[in-house]
Amino acid sequence: MIDIIVPIKQVPDMERVKFDTEAGRIDRSSAAGEINPFDLNALETAVQLKEKLGGSVTTISMGPPQAESSVRDSLARGADRGILLVGKEFAGADTWATSYALASAIKKLGRFDLIVCGEKTVDGDTGQVGPEIAEWLGIPHIAYVSQVREASDCAITVLCEMESDRYGIESPLPTLLTVTKDINAPRLPTFADKMKARKASIETWGAAELADVADVASFGLKGSPTRLNKVIIPSEEGRKGEVFRGSPEDAAEKVADALQALGMLGSAK
Amino acid sequence: MNNEDYRGLMVFAEQRAGKIHPVSYELLGKGTEIAQRLGIEVSAVLLGSAMGDEARELIYYGAQKVYYFDNPVLRDFDLLNYKHNIARLVNEVKPETLLIGATHLGRSLAPRIAAAIHTGLTADCTSLEVGDEGNLIQIRPAFSGNIFAHIRTTTRPQMATVRYKVMQKLPRDVSKTGQIIRKEPEIIDSVLKIVDKQTLGGVNIAEADVVVCGGRGVKSAADFSLLDDLATALGGVVGCTRPVVDDGWMGREHQVGFSGNTVKPKLYVAVGLSGSPQHLAGMRDSDVIVAINADPSAPIFKVADYGIVGDLYEVVPRLTAEARKRS
Repeated sequence: MIDIIVPIKQVPDMERVKFDTEAGRIDRSSAAGEINPFDLNALETAVQLKEKLGGSVTTISMGPPQAESSVRDSLARGADRGILLVGKEFAGADTWATSYALASAIKKLGRFDLIVCGEKTVDGDTGQVGPEIAEWLGIPHIAYVSQVREASDCAITVLCEMESDRYGIESPLPTLLTVTKDINAPRLPTFADKMKARKASIETWGAAELADVADVASFGLKGSPTRLNKVIIPSEEGRKGEVFRGSPEDAAEKVADALQALGMLGSAK
Repeated sequence: MNNEDYRGLMVFAEQRAGKIHPVSYELLGKGTEIAQRLGIEVSAVLLGSAMGDEARELIYYGAQKVYYFDNPVLRDFDLLNYKHNIARLVNEVKPETLLIGATHLGRSLAPRIAAAIHTGLTADCTSLEVGDEGNLIQIRPAFSGNIFAHIRTTTRPQMATVRYKVMQKLPRDVSKTGQIIRKEPEIIDSVLKIVDKQTLGGVNIAEADVVVCGGRGVKSAADFSLLDDLATALGGVVGCTRPVVDDGWMGREHQVGFSGNTVKPKLYVAVGLSGSPQHLAGMRDSDVIVAINADPSAPIFKVADYGIVGDLYEVVPRLTAEARKRS
């Protein structure tokens, strides 16, 4: 038996989301929210371990009320229980305050054996929340995990990728993993799974529910040690954009000329 | 503790198998520039075993002080011992800024340090500036590279991981002098056990000056030999997109893109790939981009300096021949 927690984040669909270059603004209403794609790999990892060893999978998310749809989606994909941290106290959190709130919720839950996180989110791109949660909880972590080799209810052995180095690492439980997209292909929920999830209840916790395990003043923007000064949305950089459509011989020669003029070909190289 | 009590800039000197990772020298270069502007000192922290010579290298590249923790336990990356000893050192020395390379190791280690010492951390910066109040403005891409966020830290030290190959290292100067301060590490039970280790040989795509990258337009694994020939003629290496890796045609070490490697070569040749946002996120900072694609509307042409609309099977061999002719 292994009780697993998967922190998930609702992110905008990156294929659709629009960026306002002039105003330096991300138009989040331009795209529907979905579970961060890396978190789907984390959830799949957790569900496979549960299927093998028995136990449970709980997802926890922090976000606006509409993030409930992503928590519900996680139930359709194999989680047994879903919790959403919601409320203005949590808003505007950086990775430090986010990891603190999520770790506090995990403390509140009590017993667990394993936490599985996605490597990073597609909107924040930081990859910091997982390792920070582990530090708050005083447990080890292994990042960039691309394979679970062995798992029991007291230890786990994984493959960890550090650029060109690959380490087989064994950790006692409880521990935290952050997993890469290579670890698995997340399952698609069936219609029956979706229907069941639609009826399931999602627990919502506010900051008050965590007051006995956390310093509520450390949540959200107030607790965040980093601040966003501004956002710049670059218009496409000033590339030459010279396109050749002639015969392959001609085009190849022209590009080679251009590269030679830049010193990337020939004697100047 | 007041922010004013923190002074100086510290760089984490990452090492693998006893060799300093070049990103550490780059951070010393950038750190020196910032420190000179603020009139502060640049130090480095190195954890390893029998690395006295390497500690001196850090001085040649700009460190005025090197805090060196020497213990066999620290030879390989030991997350909890690294974290424990760096957090202790930071609490003792109190640097106002702590920079860490945004390698996998750095991005695994830095958040733990930040949470342990209760300070803010900015991930994967591509630019660092000094603000009006002498604070660090940390600039980083987010939303898969679509935006750049400017971030400041209200706590100290200001911590940031910084992407490899964006900062400039200083020329190695053996006349530079500095202090190597040996620190006694406090070794804790590391809990995590490395059971085996494998180093992938061959291509290191993030280091290459020229990358020839193939996508779905290449019809078979064998056809990548066309790209090999071009890469050889240009003095570069072959990369590929994610679908090519998913098909098992090439290893992940070749993959360029958001979930693979970020590359910034002098020359990037995109062959038969359309240029998805995820792919562009991994290569858009290349100095010169050449795109070869049959579809003139492919997004890759929007970021290319030179584009050839045509059949890659006709274009690539001819470009190879041109490159050979001129070498």
